[in-house]
Amino acid sequence: MKKNNVTKMLAAAGLAVCMLGSLTGCGGSGQGTSAQSIQQAVKQENEAAKAETGEREENGEESSEGAADLSGTITMAGSTSMEKFANALAESFMAKYPGVTVTAEFTGSSAGIEAVLAGSVDIGNSSRSLKEEEKASGAVENIVAIDGIAVVTDPANAVTALTTEQLQDIYTGKVKNWSEVGGEDGAIVVVGREAGSGTRDAFEELLAIQDRCAYANELDSTGAVMAKVAATPGAIGYVSLDVLDDTVQTIALDDVEPTEENIKAGSYLLSRPFVMATNGEAAKQSEAVQAMFDYLKSEEGQDLIKAVGLIIPD
Amino acid sequence: MGQKNMGNTYMSGRGRIRAVETAAQIIFTVCAFFAVIAVASITLYMIANGVPAFFKVGVREILFSSVWKPTAAEPSFGILYIILTSVVGTAMAILIGVPIGLLTAVFLAEVAPRRLAAIVRPAVELLAGIPSVIYGLLGIMLLNPIMYKWEQRLFRGSETHQFTGGANLLSAVLVLAIMILPTVINISESSLKALPPQLKASSLALGASHVQTIFQVMIPAAKPGIITAIVLGVGRAVGEAMAISLVSGSSVNFPLPFSSVRFLTTAIVSEMGYASGLHRQVLFTIGLVLFAFIMIVNVLLNGILKKGDTEYD
Repeated sequence: MKKNNVTKMLAAAGLAVCMLGSLTGCGGSGQGTSAQSIQQAVKQENEAAKAETGEREENGEESSEGAADLSGTITMAGSTSMEKFANALAESFMAKYPGVTVTAEFTGSSAGIEAVLAGSVDIGNSSRSLKEEEKASGAVENIVAIDGIAVVTDPANAVTALTTEQLQDIYTGKVKNWSEVGGEDGAIVVVGREAGSGTRDAFEELLAIQDRCAYANELDSTGAVMAKVAATPGAIGYVSLDVLDDTVQTIALDDVEPTEENIKAGSYLLSRPFVMATNGEAAKQSEAVQAMFDYLKSEEGQDLIKAVGLIIPD
Repeated sequence: MGQKNMGNTYMSGRGRIRAVETAAQIIFTVCAFFAVIAVASITLYMIANGVPAFFKVGVREILFSSVWKPTAAEPSFGILYIILTSVVGTAMAILIGVPIGLLTAVFLAEVAPRRLAAIVRPAVELLAGIPSVIYGLLGIMLLNPIMYKWEQRLFRGSETHQFTGGANLLSAVLVLAIMILPTVINISESSLKALPPQLKASSLALGASHVQTIFQVMIPAAKPGIITAIVLGVGRAVGEAMAISLVSGSSVNFPLPFSSVRFLTTAIVSEMGYASGLHRQVLFTIGLVLFAFIMIVNVLLNGILKKGDTEYD
């Protein structure tokens, strides 16, 4: 038996050596697959919409005729939170305008704005409003989408409103019982998203509790958070605004309900603008950059914004 | 004329048979090599993708640190608790699953009346065919609420315990224990059944009771098969991701029964979606650790437990 094993091992080792040759260049692929699928979803929606009205089809043809002429490059840099959005935008935009190359780097909001002011990129992505000094140096705040997060509990929870401070205490593990925040006696089950999730990133950043959260459940999708919170008495979680339904109860934060109106009015804390900052007015940018802003305002672009779970600004 | 024809068909028939034999042999060889090539290339791929992060982060920082904060401003990639969770979780699942599985196998092979066996056996086979995500869903709907009730009773008034809503190590262990049952039962049963009948007969003839014969003659004799069953069970338990990612809570904690925990498999699954850069590379490293873990378990169990094999002829 032993002999057998030895020969087997030798054979395997020999083969492994043979395989070395054929295995060169196994780089990391598969990045941005989620962006691809989103783009596909948008495309399908568009095709369905096109099929409905012949009129729009004509429009589409017109714009794609223009698209053939348009060429150039658009470089973006900035917010990591906008990665999903920016990748989806770049891919669907390049699919429509094959002559344009869009590249996006994710270096952080401030670095993105610095880069656009320095002229090294065309667009600086920022997941916060621009600061006064940034505007003073010539950066123009083009808000292309709004990211909104709702805090949810199980439907039977007596607590329907929290202050910002209470929410911070719950997520950092300082408050562990609902009775401490005006509810009935019962343990708080803190539900959140996995590291790397844009929602988690935004939630922790807006509450200023980055990397201090004590999660009891780190789930890897919005749907899983909804299901867990809906089914667990005493659970609290956070989700994108667009997936809310009756299975959970939303929490008013500092007495402001998480609604699209409140977010657009700027009174709800857990929201942030997605800014594509330009150096000088958008209208004065290169043709390709202008086409991208037009694209975002078109029906196709708005579908894309909705598909990545964002709110369309007024 | 008839004879000539017959001769012809006989000849061509033999030729065809020979061709079929050669073709079959080639096909068999190619298939056999296919598996070996797959194993070799997977090994190489895992090493090529998993090793770089070891150099960038440091072996000690990854394997012996317990802080997992991959996206923090100063990221930390310690997977000690994740490794421990996989070890403890698998061990507990084996401790629960193997005795139950082995006794079920004994029941099926030796004790059960034919009619009862005809009910139990298909049930076990069905258990093997249930997709793991179904186990996970049932775990969420049935197991987690029960665990939550226990948790509320056990930790009432506790200042330090973090309530998990029933998503904990124990839930994952129970799901794993059930999932390895079919493997353990089927392989143990066939190894018990494959024993030469004279073993049992001579034991009984020497005056041993049926139960004595089962525990002192048959199970020791069927040990190699039972160990194979355990090894495959460990493999299934270590490698399972879907079911336990739904019931274990997925926070990185020390593996205590009522803590929310993350296994090696769920660590990869849960963060692969949006991970980038070094974070993504470390996830590949976790894959490599998992891979090495399964290899070590296989070699150790096969080497240690199968020592002192005896043949019964």
